[in-house]
Amino acid sequence: MRRYVAGRLLLMIPTLVGVAILTFVIMRAVPGDIVALKYAGSPVPQSVIDEERHQLGLDKPMWAQFTDWMGEIAHFDLGTSLWTGHPVVDEILVRLPLSLELAIIATLLAITIAVPLGVLAAVRQDTWTDYAIRLFSIGGLAMPSFWIGLLMVLATITLFGWAPPLVFTAITDDPIANLSQMVLPALSVGYRYSAVSMRMTRSTVLEVLREDYVRTARAKGVRESVVVLRHALRNALLPVVTVISLEFAFLIGGLVVTEQVFNLNGIGKLLVDAVAHRDYTLIQALVLLLASVFVLINFVVDMVYVVLDPRIRYS
Amino acid sequence: MTELARPVARDADDVAKRRYLESTGPRRFVRFWREFIRRRPLGTAGAALIILMLLTAAFADRIAPYDPVEIRFSDLLQGPSLQHLLGTDPFGRDVFSRIVYGSRTALLVGFSASFVGCTLGLVLGVVGAYFGGKVDQLVQRLMDVLLSFPLIVIAIAVVAALGTGEDKIANVIAAITVPIIPRVARVVRSSALSIVNMPYIEATRAVGSGAVRIMFRHIAPNVFAPYLIMLTAFLGQAILLEASLSFLGLGVFEPTPSWGLMLRGAGMQFLEQAPWLAIAPGVAISMAVFGFNLFGDSLRDALDPRLRTA
Repeated sequence: MRRYVAGRLLLMIPTLVGVAILTFVIMRAVPGDIVALKYAGSPVPQSVIDEERHQLGLDKPMWAQFTDWMGEIAHFDLGTSLWTGHPVVDEILVRLPLSLELAIIATLLAITIAVPLGVLAAVRQDTWTDYAIRLFSIGGLAMPSFWIGLLMVLATITLFGWAPPLVFTAITDDPIANLSQMVLPALSVGYRYSAVSMRMTRSTVLEVLREDYVRTARAKGVRESVVVLRHALRNALLPVVTVISLEFAFLIGGLVVTEQVFNLNGIGKLLVDAVAHRDYTLIQALVLLLASVFVLINFVVDMVYVVLDPRIRYS
Repeated sequence: MTELARPVARDADDVAKRRYLESTGPRRFVRFWREFIRRRPLGTAGAALIILMLLTAAFADRIAPYDPVEIRFSDLLQGPSLQHLLGTDPFGRDVFSRIVYGSRTALLVGFSASFVGCTLGLVLGVVGAYFGGKVDQLVQRLMDVLLSFPLIVIAIAVVAALGTGEDKIANVIAAITVPIIPRVARVVRSSALSIVNMPYIEATRAVGSGAVRIMFRHIAPNVFAPYLIMLTAFLGQAILLEASLSFLGLGVFEPTPSWGLMLRGAGMQFLEQAPWLAIAPGVAISMAVFGFNLFGDSLRDALDPRLRTA
């Protein structure tokens, strides 16, 4: 087991190095660097541009820039943003609470909707209850969550004459103002998210309900609700946990469009802006951060499996 | 609650599957779809939606009452009426006609991206499973990298590097293909792994077949069911992604009629003033993806019920 954990941790390194190389190469392959974009259209002499490139280290050969960056990473130094001049860590830390909060609220919402409905659909397989729940969940997958967001904004404006506030309030400053801003984005994201988890719950519960031990439990006269909730659901939840965690990892940086609709200044928007500015240091740090979250959550899920299901052993 | 135990359904599934496997040729095809329509109302509804969309795309020039890109300053931002079923946008273009033509963009991007992504995923998955060892490790790590890489960076990079414009739809397709590949490769690999060690593969090798022939004549056909299921599932996802990217300004560009693009500019800007601009394209996107998802789901239930595609 210990060897397995160590092996898994070591395997993260090539993945993250691959992500680092890919980010680095892709961004440099994209035409225009930050200096060119900054002075685009203004009559600035070439010498100034060259000087600025030199200061930012952009005139060094590609491999040198890459090794410089890797060296800094090894010292846990993410560098300073080329665009704002602030440390990258600060830029990210300002945005992270919002993205994290949104991801957490959406996850809680998704779980509360998905698990009961998924179980109900499985228990009533091929009845109208099942069809209705499946239609609801496939609908969640089909509707773009940013469009649901747009419709919700439209509905609150026309029905209540209320629009979500445009200025972000931290939850520590004013919880009510903060939540009233988060509720619509969380709902629009949570619906899609719950649809994914609901489908997984349904199909795993269906599978488990066909197991022999479920028949045994029924045969010995255990109440049906206990069979479903204690015997079946517990065993069916593992893949659901996977889906929920992976979706969570995605939510932290993947809500670019939703953030746009609700005018939220989260990690997704930061990433888009960074790419638009060719802010290499910030992009590289963000992509690496998101990839690390993804890889780490993957790892944690596998470890949680062992804890939840003693039959699974890694060797 | 006595209905809970439903062994009947499972047996019926098994019977249907056995019948399907035993019969051959066009008869098998007809029987499969007859069974499908009879037993899977949701899947059939999905298929109907897909057919409707295909017909719309094919006959767009006959269905659409107006030219989708023609600007008419006399008809700016009109509400839905008999002349303009779904109103007009701030350039006076007929929204209904743009939606009808938009189905072409959605199908083109969706089908190409899903087909290329799933096929590359199939090849990588089969190659990894067949060779095993170092090759498999390498492929898997590459897939991990692609999986953990944010799509948005790829999309922006592709758009920035290759440029945008009416004729640059291929760039959007390329960007959407990337996240599909690793997901398909994983599923195909795990299906192919169970086939690689089967006796008939060994027999083929004994007869003298080369690696390529074994992989694509003998293994690939046996992972065709998951391939087909994922092809349908990712078609819907690709349409959704195209809409999101176009909405962000990173996908299809004006004046090409695209549903995501229609939501982007006017849909957001005139949300209160002209809500039809935001509602109609969203409904079109949702119906299209809904159709492919319903169909893909039922196809999975019919072909390979244990396969999990989220």
